[in-house]
Amino acid sequence: MPASFAPSAADLLRYAPETVLTVAGTLLMVLDPLFAKKSPKLFGHLSIAAFLVAIVAAFQANGAQGLAFSNLLIVDGFATYFRVLVLIIGIVTVLLSYRYLDREQAETGEYHALLLFSVSGQCLMVASNDLMMVFIGLEISSIATYILAGYLRDDKRNNEAALKYFLLGSFATAFMLYGVALIYGATGTTKLDEIRAALLTRGADAWFPMVGIAAALMFVGLAFKVSAAPFQVWAPDVYQGAPAPVSVFMATAPKAAAFAIFLRIFTTAFNQIAGGWEPLVWISALLSMTIGNFAALTQTNLKRMLAYSSIAHAGYVLVALASHSDDGTAGAMFYLAAYALMNLGAFAVVIHISGKGEKHVRIEDLAGLARRQPVTAALLTVFLLSLIGVPLTGGFFGKFYIFRAALQSNLVWLAVLGLLNSAVAAYYYLRLLVVMYMHEPGDVVENLEPLTPGLRAALILPAIGIFYLGVAPGAVLSFAKLSSSFVR
Amino acid sequence: MDFLFFFLFAFIAVACAVSVVVQKHPIASALSLVGVMASIAVLYLQLGAEFLAMAQIIVYAGAVMVLFIFVIMLLNAGAESRSGRSYAAQLMGPPLLVALMASLGFAIMRGFPGGGTVKFDSFQGGTAQNIGYALFTDYLLPFEVTSVLILVAILGAIVLARKEMD
Repeated sequence: MPASFAPSAADLLRYAPETVLTVAGTLLMVLDPLFAKKSPKLFGHLSIAAFLVAIVAAFQANGAQGLAFSNLLIVDGFATYFRVLVLIIGIVTVLLSYRYLDREQAETGEYHALLLFSVSGQCLMVASNDLMMVFIGLEISSIATYILAGYLRDDKRNNEAALKYFLLGSFATAFMLYGVALIYGATGTTKLDEIRAALLTRGADAWFPMVGIAAALMFVGLAFKVSAAPFQVWAPDVYQGAPAPVSVFMATAPKAAAFAIFLRIFTTAFNQIAGGWEPLVWISALLSMTIGNFAALTQTNLKRMLAYSSIAHAGYVLVALASHSDDGTAGAMFYLAAYALMNLGAFAVVIHISGKGEKHVRIEDLAGLARRQPVTAALLTVFLLSLIGVPLTGGFFGKFYIFRAALQSNLVWLAVLGLLNSAVAAYYYLRLLVVMYMHEPGDVVENLEPLTPGLRAALILPAIGIFYLGVAPGAVLSFAKLSSSFVR
Repeated sequence: MDFLFFFLFAFIAVACAVSVVVQKHPIASALSLVGVMASIAVLYLQLGAEFLAMAQIIVYAGAVMVLFIFVIMLLNAGAESRSGRSYAAQLMGPPLLVALMASLGFAIMRGFPGGGTVKFDSFQGGTAQNIGYALFTDYLLPFEVTSVLILVAILGAIVLARKEMD
C-alpha cells in the first residue's frame, strides 16, 4: 500500500473557497463570546470579507481546472460560475441582515457562522463529481438553512417554518439517497463521469427499470430542493414564516446550487436516459410555472407572493433543463444569476418596510412609497420589471435565452405556455407598482425610517447587476456558454 | 446453514421494520428499530463486512438508539393519538405502497438477472484496516467534510437551545 495520505497542492487549491468559508465560520464561532455584546456588526463585516476572499479563491481555483481528491471534486467553469454566484448571494444576504438583526435584537455571531457554513456546503455541492459529495454538500447547506429558518427562536412563525422545512427536507433527502443507493447498486459507482461511462458501455437497458427509478427518486429529492411542482407545497409557508433575509437566501443560494447539481447530474450521468426524464421535467416545469403564477395572483402577503413567484421562476429554469442542450444549460445559468439578483433586491425593500417583528408585510403597506422614498420605489420598480422580464433588465435576457433554447429543442408548446405564464405574472408584479405609485401613503410609509447603509448597498448592488446583465449580457453569457458543455 | 441464518435475520429485520410503523407507543417503535439495526448488522457480518457490522451495532443500535430513547423519555411522549387522517390517504396508501414495492422489486430483479444467489463471506476488504485505508486516501475529502456537517449540527443545537432572548 502506498502511503500518500496527504492531498496534493492542486487538490487544496481546488478546494480553497470552501476552506476559506469553513475557517471563517469557525473563527466567527470563536470570536462570538468576545465581541457579541461590544460590536455585533463585526461578524457581518468579517463574513463579507470571507466571502470576498472566497470569490478570489474561486477564481484562483478556476485557473487550475480539473478533478481533485480522487475525482470526487471537479473544478470547471460551471462550478466556478455557481460558486461565485452563491458567494455573491452570501454577500448581499449579509448586507440585508444588518438592519434586520439589529431591529430584532438577535445574536449576530451564530447567524453569520451558519450563513458561511451554508454557503460552503453550496460551493462544495456545485463542484461535486460524486453523488456522495453532492449529498454531504446538500446536507451542510440544508441543515444550516433549517436552523437559520428558525433563528428567532421566540417567534412562532419561525418555529413553524423551521420545523416544516426540516421534516419535509429530510424526507426529500431520503428520496435522493435511495436514488443514489440504487444507482450504486446498478453501476457500482457514485462518480458522475463513471456512471455516465457505465451507462454508455453497457447501455441503460441492461439495468432497465433500475436506473430509471434511481433517476426518478433523485429527481424527487432535487425537485423538492428547488421547490418545483408538485413538490412545492412547503415553499410558501416556509418563506413566509422564516426571517425575511433567510427567506430570500433560501430562495436564491440553495436553490441555485440545487439547480446546478440538477443540471450536472441529469446532463452528465443520466444523459443516456434523457428520453425518460425529459417528459417528467416538461410536466414539472409547466406545473411549477402555472401553480406559482396563478397562486401568486391572489396573495396579500408580500413574502408569500414572492414565494409563489419563486416557484414560478423554478418552472422557467426547468424549461431550460427540459430543452436538454448546451444552450439550455447556459440559459439556466444566466437566469439563475438574474433571478437571484432581482429577488434579493425585492426582498431588501420588504425588509426595509416590514418593521420590528415583520408586522408590515402586506402589499398595501407599500402604499405611496414613491411619494416618500422615491429612490427606494424606483429601485423596487427595477426589480419588479426584471421579474416580469422587461427588456433592458437581466430578467428579460434570462427568459429570452431559456425560451430560445426550448424552441431550438422543439419544445414549442412548453415555450408558448411559458410565455403565456409570464403574461399572467406581469399582473401581480404590476399590482405592486400601482400600490406604490398611485395610492396615498399609508401609516407604514409615513413612519418609515430612511434606508440604512447596509440596505442601501443591498438595493443598489443587485440593481447594478440587473442592468449589467440586461444591457451587456455578453460577458456572462459567453462564460456560461463556454462552461455549459461540462467536462464529460 | 448460511441460508437459514440469512432468512431468519432478514425476516426479523422486515418484521421489526413493520413493527416500527405500526406500534402505537414511541418506545416500542424505537425498540423495534433496534431490532432492525441489529439484524441488518448480522446480514453484513454474513457477507463478510466485519467492520460495518460492528459499526452498525455500536453507532446505530447503541449510540443513536440510546439518544432516541433518551429524548422520548425526556419528552415523556405517550401513546400516539390518532389525529383526523385524510380519507384519501387511508384509501390510496396501501395500494400505492404495494405498487412502489412491486416496481422496486421488479427493477432490482430485472437489473440483476441470474444474480439471485448470494455468495456468503465472499466479500473481501471489510476489515477495519481496509476501511481506514479507504477513508484516509480515496475518501479523505468526504471524511473530513463530514466534520463540518457535524459542526453545523452542534452550532444549530446551541442556537436552538440557548437561553431566552432578552
